[in-house]
Amino acid sequence: MQYFRKIWRDIGRPSIHYSIGALTLGGFIAGIFFWGGFNTVLEATNTEEFCISCHEMKDNVYQELRETIHFSNRSGVRATCPDCHVPHEWTQKIGRKAAATKEVWGKIFQTINTREKFNAKRRELAEHEWARLKANDSLECRNCHNFDYMDFTAQSPRASRQHSTSLADGEKTCIDCHKGIAHDLPDMSGVEGY
Amino acid sequence: MKQKTGLITIPALALVLILGAVAADEIATLRGGTPIAEQAELSAIPQVVDTDIRSKRNYPMQPPLIPHDTRGYDVNLKVNKCMSCHARQRIEESLAPMVSVTHFMDRDGNFLAEISPRRYFCNQCHVTQTTTRDVTENEFKDMDELLEERAVSEQDD
Ligand code: HEC
Ligand code: HEC
Ligand code: HEC
Ligand code: HEC
Ligand code: HEC
Repeated sequence: MQYFRKIWRDIGRPSIHYSIGALTLGGFIAGIFFWGGFNTVLEATNTEEFCISCHEMKDNVYQELRETIHFSNRSGVRATCPDCHVPHEWTQKIGRKAAATKEVWGKIFQTINTREKFNAKRRELAEHEWARLKANDSLECRNCHNFDYMDFTAQSPRASRQHSTSLADGEKTCIDCHKGIAHDLPDMSGVEGY
Repeated sequence: MKQKTGLITIPALALVLILGAVAADEIATLRGGTPIAEQAELSAIPQVVDTDIRSKRNYPMQPPLIPHDTRGYDVNLKVNKCMSCHARQRIEESLAPMVSVTHFMDRDGNFLAEISPRRYFCNQCHVTQTTTRDVTENEFKDMDELLEERAVSEQDD
């Protein structure tokens, strides 16, 4: 106790041995390290390898993604997990990471460690994603698909009809109509539009 | 006696072997004559017709062809993607034709509140088309053509 109190006093006391300049510089350099390290960890957890390093993701959603247009298409553009699931803005990114910590909880306490358990929990997990994409106007989709540059004449009639009406006037957003583009859908009874 | 059977058996066996080899050459397999050790030359995967233009029906009871792409449309115990556009409640938004009333009938002809289980798996009856040539020539004539042919032949008589 005595010891901690001494440290506390020392922190509060003005520095005797070091100049203001050295202290500022020290703090500055330490700051760079911390910031850099933080972002490096952040980046490392922001790759598909990280996402599918746990088998819950690799055996379920990843296998399903492999069959879709977002995995293999004529253009060769791949959408990886973070492209659709992690916001690019920094503050939102941190928010999503904090929420993801809860999903790691699911891993540790094995709430989704079999295909059956995963499917049972799937509706709830999917609803989180729908709510998030609805709230941010499908921001992640729009990072790749820009409405302003969509050529309706090159789209199928069904697509251009819907895109030039409900989507154009902002009444609906991508996720309202395009659920299940990357994974199998959960039980959809009661979901709007199904 | 024993000797004789042996003499017949050998040519018979040889004949079976030869016939077998000939037959093996002629049997059409999915490999199409490609030797087991080789990879077959792949033909291009044809495009699915996605024009949204409803096609003619050849007879009144024909399940109409699907005029649009259906890639990734799940139809399973949990979800029926087709019904998200073709259901009675959904057509106002989707502008799709509603599944006809026969889809609501059970096998005794009673109308159910929802589509009947026997019409749940749409792809059992409805199929998309691709931009390929017919594998065999199609000689189908619809009712109008048959009636017309008969009218013409009666005129000739
Ligand atoms: C990494 C970029 C990227 C992101 C993020 C992305 N997409 Fe895509 N999307 C693509 C590419 C590339 C294609 C295929 C283009 C092609 O070759 O036709 C595609 C195709 C599609 C198609 C057409 C499917 C078909 O069968 O023709 C839909 C619908 C679609 N995306 C919706 C979405 C939605 C909804 C989201 C957000 C949840 C999203 N995309 C996020 C890149 C992306
Ligand atoms: C009001 C409903 C609706 C909304 C909102 C909507 N779409 Fe679509 N979209 C459709 C329909 C219907 C199709 C054609 C059927 C299909 O592919 O399932 C389609 C097709 C597509 C295609 C394939 C194009 C083609 O020619 O078939 C892409 C890519 C796409 N949508 C992307 C998006 C993106 C990105 C957004 C958000 C910016 C979005 N859509 C919002 C209904 C919608
Ligand atoms: C093209 C965008 C896209 C990509 C790429 C993508 N997802 Fe998803 N993901 C979604 C959407 C949209 C949902 C919401 C549920 C739905 O509509 O299927 C979702 C839902 C989920 C769920 C909730 C459970 C469920 O199935 O609904 C998990 C877990 C998930 N994704 C993990 C992943 C992982 C891991 C990857 C990489 C292997 C990945 N996703 C790649 C768009 C995507
Ligand atoms: C995104 C909405 C949508 C989905 C999903 C959809 N359809 Fe359609 N379908 C349409 C529209 C719109 C038309 C009408 C095309 C037109 O006339 O412009 C149509 C037309 C059809 C027709 C032709 C009807 C006729 O009278 O000629 C059939 C058959 C059909 N769809 C079957 C299916 C099946 C089977 C599925 C599921 C595998 C399916 N559809 C999924 C929107 C959809
Ligand atoms: C057992 C075969 C069968 C199954 C399964 C089936 N249909 Fe049909 N469908 C038909 C036949 C036959 C017709 C045309 C005659 C009629 O209307 O009954 C038809 C007509 C239609 C039409 C045109 C209706 C109109 O009035 O123009 C649509 C749209 C359609 N079906 C969609 C679907 C969808 C979506 C499903 C899956 C939920 C489905 N069908 C399942 C046999 C089937």
